[in-house]
Amino acid sequence: MKGRLLLLALLMLGCGPAWAEHPAECRVAENLVEPSFHLPRVARALAAKQLAVLVVGAGSSQLPGSNGIKNAYPARLQRALNEKFPGVDVKVTTDVKAKRSAAEMVKALPADLSSAKPALLVWQTGTVDAMLAIDPDLFSQSLDQGINIAHSAGADVVLINSQYSPRTESMIALGRYSEDMRWVALQQEVPLFDRFSIMRLWSELGTFDLYSATKKLDIAEQVHDCIGRLLADLVGLAAKTEEPPVNGSRQ
Amino acid sequence: MAPVSTERDLRLDLFRGVALWLIFLDHIPSNAVSWITIRNYGFSDATEIFVFISGYTAAFVYGRAMREHGFIVASARVLKRAWQIYIAHVFLLAIYLAEIAYVANSFDNPLYTEEMGVLDFLKNPDVTILQALLLKFKPVNMDVLPLYILLLAWFPPMLWLLLRAPSIALLSSATLYALMWLFEWNIPAYPTGAWVFNPFAWQLLFVFGAWCALGGAQNLSRWTHSKVVVGLAIAYLVFAFAIAMTWYFPRLAVFVPKFVGDAIYPIDKTNLDVLRIMHFLSLAVITVVFVPRDWPALKSRICWPAVVCGQHSLETFCLGVFLSFAGHFVFTEVSNRVLTHVAVSILGIAIMVAVAAMISWYRQAERRGRGPRPPAAKPGLAGGEA
Repeated sequence: MKGRLLLLALLMLGCGPAWAEHPAECRVAENLVEPSFHLPRVARALAAKQLAVLVVGAGSSQLPGSNGIKNAYPARLQRALNEKFPGVDVKVTTDVKAKRSAAEMVKALPADLSSAKPALLVWQTGTVDAMLAIDPDLFSQSLDQGINIAHSAGADVVLINSQYSPRTESMIALGRYSEDMRWVALQQEVPLFDRFSIMRLWSELGTFDLYSATKKLDIAEQVHDCIGRLLADLVGLAAKTEEPPVNGSRQ
Repeated sequence: MAPVSTERDLRLDLFRGVALWLIFLDHIPSNAVSWITIRNYGFSDATEIFVFISGYTAAFVYGRAMREHGFIVASARVLKRAWQIYIAHVFLLAIYLAEIAYVANSFDNPLYTEEMGVLDFLKNPDVTILQALLLKFKPVNMDVLPLYILLLAWFPPMLWLLLRAPSIALLSSATLYALMWLFEWNIPAYPTGAWVFNPFAWQLLFVFGAWCALGGAQNLSRWTHSKVVVGLAIAYLVFAFAIAMTWYFPRLAVFVPKFVGDAIYPIDKTNLDVLRIMHFLSLAVITVVFVPRDWPALKSRICWPAVVCGQHSLETFCLGVFLSFAGHFVFTEVSNRVLTHVAVSILGIAIMVAVAAMISWYRQAERRGRGPRPPAAKPGLAGGEA
């Protein structure tokens, strides 16, 4: 894992800033945004100049405070998509509640989808399941169910995995859940936004101090801003690529 | 069936020592050095090595006791060992609770309100501690010892069978493994879920290790040294390596044909996936072929640090878990630079070696003080413990 990150850090030295408009902090992790699979429904929605996105998530998709909604990544995603696709009517709706497992979110999905009618479901999950030590098989099944429900409702899916949280790392066994998520994403051919690796890279390179004990919101807001931007990059790239890049285009 | 040799196979100590180091490195969260450990290059990891060798040594030590002193005495010794491991587990739990309580009191960050919920169990410590003593509540990375306790508690009748009808014993173990997959057996955990290392699954490696110790390895040597088997093992290791690379470079994932992905995923660690067993067996075949039993380096100074750790595995394991807590603490409180990761990793292993060497020295000194004892009465004379 670390070898890979070092390699990426080296690779990054050799490539120019592809999206120069992002703050440097966000750009550090750009290479971890890999559009492994195509998002055809999003591509069609973009062509029709109307993109509805539904973000379903748990506690790590929100920020506390009076400006929490405005600064959390779903709202930042909306902003970044607006900038990226001028002329397209982008609308991001959310269903975010703390402490929800994947299975609980699946229960809420049909209602969410029918009211938002999105072309894209951004689904953040995994942390709560790991904390509750929910049977990993059930977790995988919930992921499959949710993706199938979204697909049959006409929405593409992007999965978001857990945050990198160094202080609680020795207390939450994320491993199995993030692996299962990766596998479900591969099998269902759904892009995975690897929030964990991105945040870990930030932490390793000292971009953001994720260890600090603080009540202040500044770093949390910057992290959410970058995640919103990088997520928009992923959506843009995955909507564009018809076929996944065959020869590693990272250099 | 008699054991192949009365002399302890130093390769076991060497690889168990190395496995303990790898477990230590893997248990420090986000440790930059852990990229060297084998779990990153294939399907199996140090746990398989540890469980297999533990089974092997358990059979080696207690098998002789059972032959010489009978079922009751040998069983009592096995259970005494299980009790020691239980005490060690409770000791580690106390350290873990101290760490958790510290984090709960000192850490606050609006980015991680969700993650901090994991500390909620401190609100009802009565239930949590009781469940921990019942081995149902097992904090992160503290799953190996409960597995080991259970495997040992159940080992006496299995050893009895292994000494009389080794093939039937191995077959019954494999049957249990198959039944586990068929009926999805596992032991419930607290608050939800099941054991991270399913004992119904992992017993297979333990019993296989024991079976090898009691002569099985010799019967197999015809196979393990055949060119075809070695070739298959290498091919499988290359395949596992290629698949493992796609985990780290998602762009490579498109090269894995869909039917291959469908066939192999998910690779289940809890239930000891067959792919993991095959990966471990391939590693074992390669090891047996390229590291002969009488390899001179086994007695050299280069191998000594790992060998001595492997000979005192319980102490070294517990120390490793404690040191991984301590290492994580250094990362969060002092410095998280890669240089610190390297320093903490090296220092941790050095401490493990130093303590193992001290235990070794103490045992020898004690033994000399008491004068000679019959070898069977003291498993330590075999060069270490189960």
